[in-house]
Amino acid sequence: MRVKQSGTLGRLAALRLLAQRFTFLSLVAAAVLLMLLGKADVLLIERTRALVIDAVTPVLDVMSRPAGAIAQVVSQVRELASLRAENARLRAENERLMHWQTVARHLEDENDVLHQQLNFVPDPDPAFITARVVGDTDSGFGQSLLLNAGSRDGVRKGQAVLSGETLVGYVAEVGDRSSRLLLLTDINARLPVMVESTHTRAILAGDNRDRPKLSYVAGNPNIQVGDRVVTSSSGAAFPPGLPVGVIASAADGTIWVEPFVHRYELEYVAIVDYGLGGILPFTEKPPPRRHGGAEN
Amino acid sequence: MKPSPWVRMDAWVRHFIPFGVTLILLFAAALPTHLPGIGGIAPMLPMMGVYYWAIYRPDLLPAWSAFLIGLLYDVLSGTPMGVYALVLLLVQGVAASRRRFFLAKTFMVAWWAFSLLAAGAVVLAWLLMAVLNGAPSDPRPLLSSYLATIGLFPLFTWTLARTQMALLKDV
Repeated sequence: MRVKQSGTLGRLAALRLLAQRFTFLSLVAAAVLLMLLGKADVLLIERTRALVIDAVTPVLDVMSRPAGAIAQVVSQVRELASLRAENARLRAENERLMHWQTVARHLEDENDVLHQQLNFVPDPDPAFITARVVGDTDSGFGQSLLLNAGSRDGVRKGQAVLSGETLVGYVAEVGDRSSRLLLLTDINARLPVMVESTHTRAILAGDNRDRPKLSYVAGNPNIQVGDRVVTSSSGAAFPPGLPVGVIASAADGTIWVEPFVHRYELEYVAIVDYGLGGILPFTEKPPPRRHGGAEN
Repeated sequence: MKPSPWVRMDAWVRHFIPFGVTLILLFAAALPTHLPGIGGIAPMLPMMGVYYWAIYRPDLLPAWSAFLIGLLYDVLSGTPMGVYALVLLLVQGVAASRRRFFLAKTFMVAWWAFSLLAAGAVVLAWLLMAVLNGAPSDPRPLLSSYLATIGLFPLFTWTLARTQMALLKDV
């Protein structure tokens, strides 16, 4: 009797092991299948991602608030340490900026007069949404952040994301109340830009490192370290002139751009609707519509 | 004697602790720290959770839990769906199948084995991403993330062990 029972138990255990192996193998198959489906750009995968992120964002939102407070304390302590040097730097900068303010006032007046003479139609002021960064998972494979604003707040795929006046990236995925910001440093991010001083056009291409590089540089450029890089109007994705960064190095034929804003500094961002096509990373782009026929 | 409903409910809730704790590790990894330099060394916290529970309580964090946590990591970090699901599933599978070996050994052995397993996991993730993207990505951020993960392993294992002692001793 005892022997018989242990035999049954043994068979049961063997059966259980078999079931476990089967579950394991089917999960491996499911993972591979998901990767293939994702590669084929199935809409279902994208919807599922957006849904899951929507569900998780409130949790991250609550959890990230104390984390933000701690980070604030740390940065305050750091600021205390360099107070004197910072003060001196700010005084010098203030002097310089006062000079610039005078120049800007003068130019603004002149610009107003010229606009009146030309009957210039100004661009409408863009609408914007302010969102908080709630998720920052650095897997080492991409540079993207989760924001706590989604389609119900008016966020659309491809819209520009700014920190202050600086372009930091664009919206790549949109859920109902959350969205994913693809930073310009991401390996999938491509942006038409130009070097401000020379008007040299190029494509800013991220490669997951802190500094994106300039590729497809047009013409015979004379690019200097420290030149400002701004968006260009090519592709009608974003309005021209949004600041992006400065040239950091231009050695060995590769030109690296230091962005004005770094990933870790982003806490609140503005999602801006310029009414242009935006950069649509995964779908077919609608034909660009230009404003006011400014370009012929 | 049949246990009272309260006792049964208590045991039932405690069964979710390994999954819940690993989920918290996952969310913690997703929080923005706003500190310079931390971005590049984000440790793979959920992997530590999956590894620990696969060795000490594989009944409470089975393969499908590791799969789900990996899938959630994929969604949160923006990697293609299935990459970390497969990686964490394999971490769980390998650790759980060798658990008898670990249970009798010292902490140093568990640490050493984790460093090997995590290296394999990172290389696999990198290869999968290279195939899916059609181009290899820069391995340097992965290396720093890997080293940070290995360095933080004792701290998190100690925390997980305390959690297990406090909440799962009799379950």
